[in-house]
Amino acid sequence: MADIVLDKVSKKFPDGTVAVQDVDLEIADGEFVILVGPSGCGKSTTLNMIAGLEDISSGELRIGGERVNDKAPRDRDIAMVFQSYALYPNMTVRENMAFPLRLAKLDRETINQKVEEAAKVLELTPLLDRKPANLSGGQRQRVAMGRAIVRQPKAFLMDEPLSNLDAKLRVQMRTVVSRLQKQLGTTTVYVTHDQTEAMTLGDRVVIMRGGAVQQVGPPQELYDHPRNLFVAGFIGSPAMNFLHAAVQDGSLRTALGDVPIGDRVRRQLEGADAPRELILGIRPEHFEDAALIDDDTRRRGMEFEAPVEIVESMGSDKYVYFGVEGERASAAELEELAADAGADFTGGGASLVTRLSAESAVREGGNHRVWFNLEKIHLFDPNTGRNLTLHEGRAAGAVAD
Amino acid sequence: MSINATPAGADVTTEETAARTGRHAAVPAQRASRRRAPLSENKRAERRLGWLLCAPAALVMLLVTAYPILYSVWLSMQRFDLRFPDQREFIGLENYVTVLTNEFWWTAFGVTMLITVVTVAVELVLGMGLALVMHRTLVGRGIVRTAALIPYGIVTVVAAFSWRYAWTPGTGYLANLFDGSAPLTERASSLAIIMLAEIWKTTPFMALLLMAGLALVPDDLLKAASTDGATAWQRFTKVMLPVMKPAILVALLFRTLDAFRVFDNIYILTSGANETSSVSMIAYNNLIRGLNLGIGSTMSVLIFITVAIIAFVFVKLFGTAAPGSDDGERR
Ligand SMILES: Nc1ncnc2c1ncn2[C@@H]1O[C@H](COP(=O)(O)OP(=O)(O)OP(=O)(O)O)[C@@H](O)[C@H]1O
Ligand SMILES: [Mg+2]
Repeated sequence: MADIVLDKVSKKFPDGTVAVQDVDLEIADGEFVILVGPSGCGKSTTLNMIAGLEDISSGELRIGGERVNDKAPRDRDIAMVFQSYALYPNMTVRENMAFPLRLAKLDRETINQKVEEAAKVLELTPLLDRKPANLSGGQRQRVAMGRAIVRQPKAFLMDEPLSNLDAKLRVQMRTVVSRLQKQLGTTTVYVTHDQTEAMTLGDRVVIMRGGAVQQVGPPQELYDHPRNLFVAGFIGSPAMNFLHAAVQDGSLRTALGDVPIGDRVRRQLEGADAPRELILGIRPEHFEDAALIDDDTRRRGMEFEAPVEIVESMGSDKYVYFGVEGERASAAELEELAADAGADFTGGGASLVTRLSAESAVREGGNHRVWFNLEKIHLFDPNTGRNLTLHEGRAAGAVAD
Repeated sequence: MSINATPAGADVTTEETAARTGRHAAVPAQRASRRRAPLSENKRAERRLGWLLCAPAALVMLLVTAYPILYSVWLSMQRFDLRFPDQREFIGLENYVTVLTNEFWWTAFGVTMLITVVTVAVELVLGMGLALVMHRTLVGRGIVRTAALIPYGIVTVVAAFSWRYAWTPGTGYLANLFDGSAPLTERASSLAIIMLAEIWKTTPFMALLLMAGLALVPDDLLKAASTDGATAWQRFTKVMLPVMKPAILVALLFRTLDAFRVFDNIYILTSGANETSSVSMIAYNNLIRGLNLGIGSTMSVLIFITVAIIAFVFVKLFGTAAPGSDDGERR
């Protein structure tokens, strides 16, 4: 076990592609860190550099305090789990799991004992003499995990290990991974594409975009206090709503009405080069049916009325999609997020996603009055993507002083 | 093996038993027979269409291969020397006795075996090296591949002549390197040169076949082996080779069959002098030069049988799968 430190690590491929740029990251001993970001943002490349499968172009990588830039993968004592499982097709499950131990020249008895142990933890014992070709996806996945844990390495690196599983199995394996990591307490870096995995698995999440780290922090912190537009849009499902907001006479003109702004935000908008147009972000759960809130709550937000497009009843609450008029919010980050999420990304401003209480009497087709919480609003500079409502790393809302 | 109680486990178990009882060529056959029982109308029509589509090719194959083979067998059972056409008569297996008790045949057989084993072994090693280089090179990949393939592109006879001239005392550059000696007049050196010419010419072919096999090895597998602690050599022997095994066997099979029928190089380089004839060479000498159709055909049939045995051994014993078929081991 060991800590892993990336110190201004960059990767430039021979063809000139800069896949990873100046990544600074300190992963504590025993920590579970998630790398997440859209496709092609350099997650795998970062992981491969930690593993030693890709050379580091510049910067320094330390594992357990020791510089390992020039060490071969076999001398770094880390184990890796791949999306494709990468099981050796010619070996049985037992031989697959024993492979790293055999290479480490352990004696047969120790190897057997360790393999049996790992197999028991992962419930692979009845499958030990099968070939990978005769296993189901989930079983292969467990064998791949088994091969990683038998050697008790300094760190686990996992590159989208659950992506090839169907949804149900993925949920199941997610708990297996989580339990295993807690039991073993081994430093783990886990790459994923999946929101839920990112939010639920790790101690800390690293959000990457275009080879650069956007924000590092515990999942809840990224969710509540996103540093920029990209992080705000990436974390959360359904995604945060983004609306165009024009700065006018000390308030913001938006499709939801004129939103007042507090002194602190106003001061930021006073500079000569300050943007005249902003992007307002608000999460679906910060809306509520205007008929269902008490006066105290009502005072902290404002209300608007809009046509209801779709109502999805989830039992515990209702996802309600409203049609709102007005200009679409536009920024490079939003386009990128839309491209990554596919066509179903709804943050563009055409329709507003809200999560209302299940008791709400909202009906498809009619108009409905909705309240939203002004304290939970984020304002972003469309040019830099920066979150203007952050104060000392905390989101303070638009009205705060 | 303990049988898993879960339905999923049981399901896979039957598959595994099938794979175990006959891992080799038997597996596809077994699977096919298992599937044969409940054929839907649709499936049957599909199968009929399959046969119909194959029919023209099968007919042509029959005409151009089955007929000559059967005719050779027929000829091999006759005393039939074109110099004495009157003496033609059916003599059963007498020709086979004549050939198989003849020491020239066995010398030629030994020479052929030697050439086959040595050239195929050397080609495998060199071809693997070449394949690895071609697989790895990132810059000028096209040029490297083209350059490597040049020997294979040259007509064998032309290449053989260039080797012969190179080794001709007085004028040849290679002979001059060795003080004008005449290696093509001695048995050992002649055989060495024949093998050298063969290897030079067909290594690229071997490399191409092996390169197709290298493409079968997933990158992730090698990465996994690296992190598991394997050295480059261990990655090669413990991961690459086993995964490539089907491709290697196919390459070996092709080359062994080819090498066993070696003819052009010997014909040009030594014409079989100093006991350097291969079986094809003496079959040719009897059949075309000696005009002895009976003995010549007997030798041809014997060559055919040997080649068939080699193919059988590769397919049944080593489990060589025909290129493109799934041997049930891979995902
Ligand atoms: N060998 C290479 N040569 C040149 N560019 C490369 C190479 N490998 C990766 N890249 C580029 O580097 C960038 C990062 O790739 P990487 O595989 O790390 O992305 P990723 O975040 O893992 O994406 P995904 O989620 O799709 O797996 C991509 O733009 C990719 O095109
Ligand atoms: Mg990746």
